[in-house]
Amino acid sequence: MAEYGINGKVAIAGIGETRYYRRGASPVSEFLLVCEAVKRAADDAGLDVREIDGFASYSNDRTDPTRLAAALGCREITFANMFWGGGGGGCAGAVGNAAAALVAGYSRYVVAYRGLAQGQFGRFGQARPSASVPAPMSFTAPYGVFTPAQHIALRTRTFMHRYGLSQEPLAGIALASYGHAQRNPRAVMYGRPLTREDYDNSRWIAEPFHLFDCCQENDGAAAVIITTTERARDLRQRPVNVMSAAQGSETGFSLVAPTEVSFGSANFGGMARRLYAAAGIGPQDVDVAQVYENFTGGTLMSMVEHGLCGPEEAEAFCTVENLTAPHGKMPLNTSGGNLAECYMHGLELVVEAARQIRGTSTAQVPGAKIALVAGGPVTAPISDLLLSVS
Amino acid sequence: MGRREAHYLPAGLPAPDLTGIDRPFWEAAGRGELLVQTCGDCDAPQWPPEEICAACHSTNRAWRAANGRGTVFSWSRIWHPVHPALTDHGPYIAVVVRLDDLPVLMLGNLLGDSAQPVTVGDAVEAAYEDHGPYGLVQWRRP
Repeated sequence: MAEYGINGKVAIAGIGETRYYRRGASPVSEFLLVCEAVKRAADDAGLDVREIDGFASYSNDRTDPTRLAAALGCREITFANMFWGGGGGGCAGAVGNAAAALVAGYSRYVVAYRGLAQGQFGRFGQARPSASVPAPMSFTAPYGVFTPAQHIALRTRTFMHRYGLSQEPLAGIALASYGHAQRNPRAVMYGRPLTREDYDNSRWIAEPFHLFDCCQENDGAAAVIITTTERARDLRQRPVNVMSAAQGSETGFSLVAPTEVSFGSANFGGMARRLYAAAGIGPQDVDVAQVYENFTGGTLMSMVEHGLCGPEEAEAFCTVENLTAPHGKMPLNTSGGNLAECYMHGLELVVEAARQIRGTSTAQVPGAKIALVAGGPVTAPISDLLLSVS
Repeated sequence: MGRREAHYLPAGLPAPDLTGIDRPFWEAAGRGELLVQTCGDCDAPQWPPEEICAACHSTNRAWRAANGRGTVFSWSRIWHPVHPALTDHGPYIAVVVRLDDLPVLMLGNLLGDSAQPVTVGDAVEAAYEDHGPYGLVQWRRP
């Protein structure tokens, strides 16, 4: 165990989610969704929610921790932390920051949370009309390039060209996610299977992305309770060890600005190396992977940068069979993920990784001991997490 | 000076804000010129524009004219309209171009038929749209 690492010191003790809704379908406010997810996570852990004293989130979450703590009757706030950046870049990073706070002794029980009611606030998939825009948006918006789908399509095309990849790996990733969702009653796309024909016939959003290469837009909230391994042992669930966490970016990487480092990469190169080194393992040790899919192209590049397959191999590796639990070579996004379970900005991927380690997924990988979560590709900053059996 | 082109996309898309340090780029595009920021001291190119030189930390900023030739580094045919000005417009092509004479990527539209095949590595050259107080740098087949 590295002297300054977190391996063995910190655990996920509770997981909680609201019901997941289509965008606009939540009957309650975004704030109440977060309250509910946090209470469920505390209940799952067997912890009085008032004991939570640390709060970590990301993507400029609208639920201020001071309001949340007051509303839930928490006794004190010892850590209030926001991971920079948008989208799901911080879904693993919020847990990583929580882990750091626990190892530093700032807090006793930290909740990492994300609430998102896209029906009540702005949509990520639409431009917000304005007369003028500053740099770096000014270098893209006047040319009709606004949204993550469009930016990431451009960044993926470079990768596909560089390694001679076709649409096949993108289709494999989308179909595996939808397949897993058919086994998960919580998934918004449960009962809505996707066939290869549906995928091929779906409209283009921005080439190379079809409709089904794109995440959903949803309402819901998710929360994870993190505490020291010692405290976690006194709670209800078997602790899920946080082996390592990494965050950051290549310098100059941007979702929007046309910098060369941003094309043909998910931005995980250096981070994945740090993640594995801190855990003392390699990609061959990963049993199941939750790899953020804002768009399948980002997932593809993330998988390669985490060593789950080589870039040229991706064409043959990213098949539905290889990516599907229980028997695939690398079961991927086993709850259905952002594509087919719920777009909860990746916190649902952290929750699912914890379930895999507990052995309670609806698409369980038998004997899964190590789970990877890769959060928010093709933007900056982003984050990574490795979970393992305690 | 490059040739002025008809506007490729409908009116109503956002204009570049002209109050930032990149204003000379937009004004030059309106005149049919492609400018790239360079450092006023060490001459290093810098894109997108920034207030301080990443190479020598000078805050003296300068501009250099590029020759306007480049190759397609990436492209996407965009179908789904995400801005009201693009509703019912139909597909259009965005390209990211690497300039031949400076280590810089620029994003624009590929002029011409929106159904045309595009390949990474295709040669393109700058074309200019006049939008009054500013210009847009677009790309066309040479």
